Order: sequence, then C-alpha cells, then structure tokens
Amino acid sequence: MSDDIYREIILDHYRNPRNKGKIDNADVVIHDSNPLCGDQIDIYLNVVEGQIKDIKFDGKGCAISQASASMLTEMVMDKPLTTAKDISKDDVLENIGLTNLGPARIKCALLSLKVLKMGMVKYYTDKEPTTAEEMEKDSNLF
Amino acid sequence: MQSSELETNKIRKDFPILTRKINGKPFVYLDNASTTQKPLSVINKIVNYYSFYNSNIHRAVYDIAEEATHAYELTRQKVCKFINANSPQEIIFTRNATEAINLVSYTWGRQNIKNGDLIILSEQEHHSNIVPWQILAKEKNAGIKYLKIDETGNLNLNELEFYLKNNNTKLISLCHMSNALGNIIPIKKIIDLAHTYNIPVFVDGAQSVPHLTTDVISLDCDFLAFSAHKMLGPTGVGILYGKKKILEGMNPFICGGDMIKEVHKENTFFNDLPYKFEAGTPNIADVIGFSSALEYLNEIGMDHIRNHEVELTKYAIEKMSELKQMKLYGDNNLQNRGGIISFNLGDIHPHDLATILNEHSIAIRSGHHCAQVLMEKLDVSATSRISFYIYNTKEEINIFINALGEAIRLFQL
Repeated sequence: MSDDIYREIILDHYRNPRNKGKIDNADVVIHDSNPLCGDQIDIYLNVVEGQIKDIKFDGKGCAISQASASMLTEMVMDKPLTTAKDISKDDVLENIGLTNLGPARIKCALLSLKVLKMGMVKYYTDKEPTTAEEMEKDSNLF
Repeated sequence: MQSSELETNKIRKDFPILTRKINGKPFVYLDNASTTQKPLSVINKIVNYYSFYNSNIHRAVYDIAEEATHAYELTRQKVCKFINANSPQEIIFTRNATEAINLVSYTWGRQNIKNGDLIILSEQEHHSNIVPWQILAKEKNAGIKYLKIDETGNLNLNELEFYLKNNNTKLISLCHMSNALGNIIPIKKIIDLAHTYNIPVFVDGAQSVPHLTTDVISLDCDFLAFSAHKMLGPTGVGILYGKKKILEGMNPFICGGDMIKEVHKENTFFNDLPYKFEAGTPNIADVIGFSSALEYLNEIGMDHIRNHEVELTKYAIEKMSELKQMKLYGDNNLQNRGGIISFNLGDIHPHDLATILNEHSIAIRSGHHCAQVLMEKLDVSATSRISFYIYNTKEEINIFINALGEAIRLFQL
C-alpha cells in the first residue's frame, strides 16, 4: 500500500511544490494546522472580480499534506473563488489519487482544502456577510 | 537473541497483545513512551474486581466494599514503597500525570505564585508541564523562564543557578527524562542546588519512573508526578507524590464527596491526606489493576529493566547510524538517556515514515510529541520516535531497520 501512496507524483509535488511561497499584499491570508500531526498550511489569495488571480501556499508537514496543497493550488488557479465551495473531500482525494487513506492520514490530505474554504469565507465575510454565512453552512469541513 | 538482562521470551508470553499480527506480520510495538502494553496479570486483576468485589470504596460496611477499599489502599501502599515515600498519605491518585501537575498548579500555584514571580521550566518539557504553569502565570502576572538545552538536549546548570539567585524565582518544574529526546537530566543535583536557595522542585516523572529506580527520599523532590499506563498499568490512573508538609498546606483541588470530614450549610471541614485531594468515586478498578503492574516490575527489578533498555538503545543507535541520511537526536552518552530514540530520515516526514512502518506492523510515534517548544528549538516540525520497554527485543530492532530500508527505497533517498 505504501507503494500506492508514495507514487512518483506525490513525491514530485512534495519535493517540487507548485505555487509555494507567499504573496505580498494578498487579499486573503489564512492559516490552519492539524493538531494531531502538526502539519501547517497558509494560503495566500489574490482575488479580482471574484476570480482567483493568484494563489500560493506555504507550510510544512508530511508528503501527503504538502503534495495535496500543491495540487489544490493548480486545481483552483484562475477559477472563481466560489469554486472552493463546490470542491468536495472526494474531489481532492481523487485529484491526488489517494482514495483509500485511513482516518488519521485523511486529515493530512484535506487540510489545504479546509484552509482554502476558510479563506473563501473570510474573503466574503467582509464583502457579503450573508453569502459568507451560507458558505460556512454549506461546507462540511468546519 | 535475548537481552543478557531480561528473559524477553518469557516476558512476552505474559502480554496477549504481542501475539497479534497486523497486516499479516508480527506486531512490533515501539511506542512505549506513549503508553505501554499490559500483562495478563493486570488485565485479570481488573476483571476480577469487576467480577467478584465491585463496590464503592471508603463508605459501605459490607464485605465486598471492604475488600475493594483494602485493594485500593494496598495499591497506595505499593506505590509508596515503589518510590520510597515516607507515607501513603503522600500518594494521591489522579487521572494521569497531567492532572497531577494541574492539581499542584491550581492549588499550590494559586496560593504561592504572585505578581512578578518566576517559574522555571526547560525547553524540553511536555505540553502538560508547560500549559498549566502558563495559565497560572498569566492569571497571576508571573513569568516563565525556559532553561535552554544544547544540541544534545542537555541543560546548562549555570543558567539554572542564575535563575535561582533571582529572588522572584518560586518554583522549578522539570521532566526527569524527556519524552521526545529521552535525555535524563541530573535531577538530584538540580534539586540539591534549588534547595540551597529554598526553591521547591516539581519533577515530571512520567518517563523516568517507569524506567529508572525512583527514591523520593534520596531525591528530596517536593513533588513528583507519573502515570500508571506508562508502566504496564491501566490508563486513567496518575500519581501525585508531594511532601506531606506541603500537601497539608494546600487547598483542595476538585471538591465533593470523600474529600470532606463534615459539611455544613456554611462551611466544610476537609478530609485528611490523601483523601482531601481525591473527590468523588475514583478509578477504583484501574488503581487496583495498577498494583499488579507494580508487582510485575518489582519482580523483574528496575535495575534489570534499565540495563535491558540501555542495551537495546545501544544496539538500535548502532544499526540506525549505518543508514544514510539518518539524523539522530539526543545525547550519545547512553548513561544520560533512556530507551527513547528520536530521529529523522532524509526528507521523509515522520508521518509518512510511520505510515510505511505501519504496513510492516511496526508501531512508532511521529509528530511533535507534545513538545512543540522543543521542536522549535531543534528547528524541525516533527520527529519519528521509537521507545522500548521490557518486552522489546533486538529481533524487533532488526525488523524495524529493514523497514527503514524499505522507506529509503520508496522515497528514493
């Protein structure tokens, strides 16, 4: 099973993460961590007319958490920010090709999605508080 | 390949869990700093209590209640003897070592720590020996100072003396053995030094008491906390040792039944030690079960346990050092460390390594080990950790080393 998890693509995104770093003057900066593992993810977003114009992540943690964050940034770049609302856990797990992770490791894979959704809610809380509340309710990650 | 000190083949037969296979392979348990496995005698002792004399203690007059009370108090006497305390009155049962630390921070701490005072900890403390003092310090506007550790995890006693000379210093609280690095600090020396300045010392013995001979009279520590489940006993039982004089001056912690002598509408007379600190129905079954764990350890002998663990640690460090990109933490001098090895292998994150080892049926711990202050100091987000106890063998270390080779292959190190 380890061979299934630690495939070339996971190791590639772990060692050569895409969109890693910070964005100066980002519209949204949001941070969360996984208390169990200590994995940490920061997401920086630049949003123009509702579109994600730039996204970067920073963080430290296991190959699964970091590769998953790297792949998620590629998935949502140039998409509407509200896309984040519609991305499900399964979408992320399928995207990274790890659909049979155990309960302990699944949190590593989903941390970046949680942070992205938190970022979306944070962004809309200032602009459209009622929309933000709806989003928070719709999301089952909180 | 048995240890020269312990008959591990015989010992292993007493632990039902060690017959398990996981992922089709024999179970190798290397997470003993987290919790230890339980021998059949401990399990049977608990089953026996629930089967034949389950009743509440310290109250009813019927036979089985007296049996239960007797068994519960017998454990207290055994604990007293195990750590060589003066009196069973100095032994207080809590839920775990964490609760024992909280008990002191809430009672002694709130009575004795004032605005501007200092509490001295170290950079390698477990969160349970940081957070209760932090909350107390914030409440009282007091300060906390962390003794620095060097790259091998050792304290600088000159720095300690610097703080002891500060009149504001009111308490030293240190782990005797680090749960993350395994380092053993010169606790006796530290206590002697602190006492020349009349500063009390709280010893977090969660990692040391299960592995080293403990003698509170010779140590002269003011408080000692440890947990039964890290020494073959059940979960849910912690022990606070305190010097009788100090305990007598402390306010109660949790309040309710059993900790009182008389309750009137306006006031209450509290019970004598140790009951003053044991409110409500305690964890009777598990305290009773713990007595069998103490018997088991006594039968083997703490010196033999220590030697066995030194031998395993030496063997494991030798084998691990041969692997490329292996980074080992802690002191190389085996006399200064317990059977705990923290490490990192190349850029493999500890959680990934633990996942790979799990498929080889090897249980190790990965993460910050509830010691994030230490992880910051070491400048790592996490480490992998193996830790030994009486039933571990060199064969198991060989299995572990082979599995590390598999991880190296997977991650193409």
